[in-house]
Amino acid sequence: MAKVSKSPWLMHYDASSCNGCDIEVLACLTPVYDIERFGIINTGDPKQADILLITGGVNTQNKAIVEQIYSQMPNPKVVVAVGICACTGGVFKECYNILGGVDQVIPVDIYVPGCAARPESIIDGVVKALDLLEKKNTEMKNKA
Amino acid sequence: MAEWTIRLISIASYLILAPLAGGLIAGLDRKITARMQGRKGPSILQPFYDLEKLFSKETLIVNKTQYVYIVCFFVTMMLTGGLFFGGFDILMVFLTLTTAAMFFVFAGASTNSPVATMGAQRELAQMLAYEPMILIVAVGIYIATGSFKISEVIFSDMPAIVKLPGIFIGFVAVLTIKFRKSPFDLSTSHHAHQELVMGVSTDMSGKMLGLVELTHWYENIILYGVVALFFVYNSLICIPVTIVGLLAVFLLEIFIDNICARVKASVMIKYAWGVTIVAGGINILVLEYFI
Repeated sequence: MAKVSKSPWLMHYDASSCNGCDIEVLACLTPVYDIERFGIINTGDPKQADILLITGGVNTQNKAIVEQIYSQMPNPKVVVAVGICACTGGVFKECYNILGGVDQVIPVDIYVPGCAARPESIIDGVVKALDLLEKKNTEMKNKA
Repeated sequence: MAEWTIRLISIASYLILAPLAGGLIAGLDRKITARMQGRKGPSILQPFYDLEKLFSKETLIVNKTQYVYIVCFFVTMMLTGGLFFGGFDILMVFLTLTTAAMFFVFAGASTNSPVATMGAQRELAQMLAYEPMILIVAVGIYIATGSFKISEVIFSDMPAIVKLPGIFIGFVAVLTIKFRKSPFDLSTSHHAHQELVMGVSTDMSGKMLGLVELTHWYENIILYGVVALFFVYNSLICIPVTIVGLLAVFLLEIFIDNICARVKASVMIKYAWGVTIVAGGINILVLEYFI
């Protein structure tokens, strides 16, 4: 049985974040947090990614882009919404252009709250995503 | 008869051991890179976990022709390695190596994705940059040892590096381009700081990407083999010397990868051809007219 969770490649997309969460996501790559020790690579290619990390609420302009990125990822895949805006829309929820949280557009598996979400909680969310990835992988294998 | 047995054993051990060695080298590379940046880094076996995952994932095929090109890339690379470790003609090895690289370019360009096509064009620019030096290596080895046959080169009276220090420096300099390491990771990059999504390998996923990774491991072992060719000669002393030489080149490449920012394709070509003409050209002239 292949272990997907041993090599999760991560794709980060900034929907309409204020960049607070983005900086915290990038902080996870620094020597202090070093997510590469879990085998995690920050890739820019949805076709090679296993985990989609979205920061910020989805707006009318990038709805199509978020949907496209999600559809381009091969199975099994997990979506992690980072920050309160990505979870629910946050303080921007009532804005004329904001549709709400990421789950308004694509299915979200893990919610990481916070404004901005701390690197520790992002890593916690990603590690939770790994278990889910493994579960989805097993389901995919059983279906095949 | 005995000669062919040795050739076949050598080729078989290359085909079996090269993925293991290539993967370990890639893992060590990532570990050392992480340590240089003050990070803990992944396990040394991480590239094998990556490969295992890639082969278990869904493969999104944009264009079936791409798969054909990648399988050709893989088979041609194994053929190249077989020719090299079987001790055949070094010119033939370099020609098939270029053919393999061409298949990779075709695979990138075949999907019509703008980023993959641009990556493929940059891969061509990279080939344009390193190819002259690779040919000079073959010529230099012939002048130094009197043979193109690898089986004869490794039994020459003195290591090729004694007569070819310039060509060795030139080859190590273009090796950075061949390994697609910073500052020459133009066509595709292993680092997070990408500019063309994943460049030439943008449309490759799942098993296809796994096969590409595996081919790169086979390729890296051939390239380290060419580095070793500069040190190996008819004496047992050459074994520790070769190991030290290979280690030095390996660490130097990681060091360069970590201290350099990516350059433009035109700068890369000027650099590569500059090194080729100065280090390689002068070396050959000196060999031809003064020795």
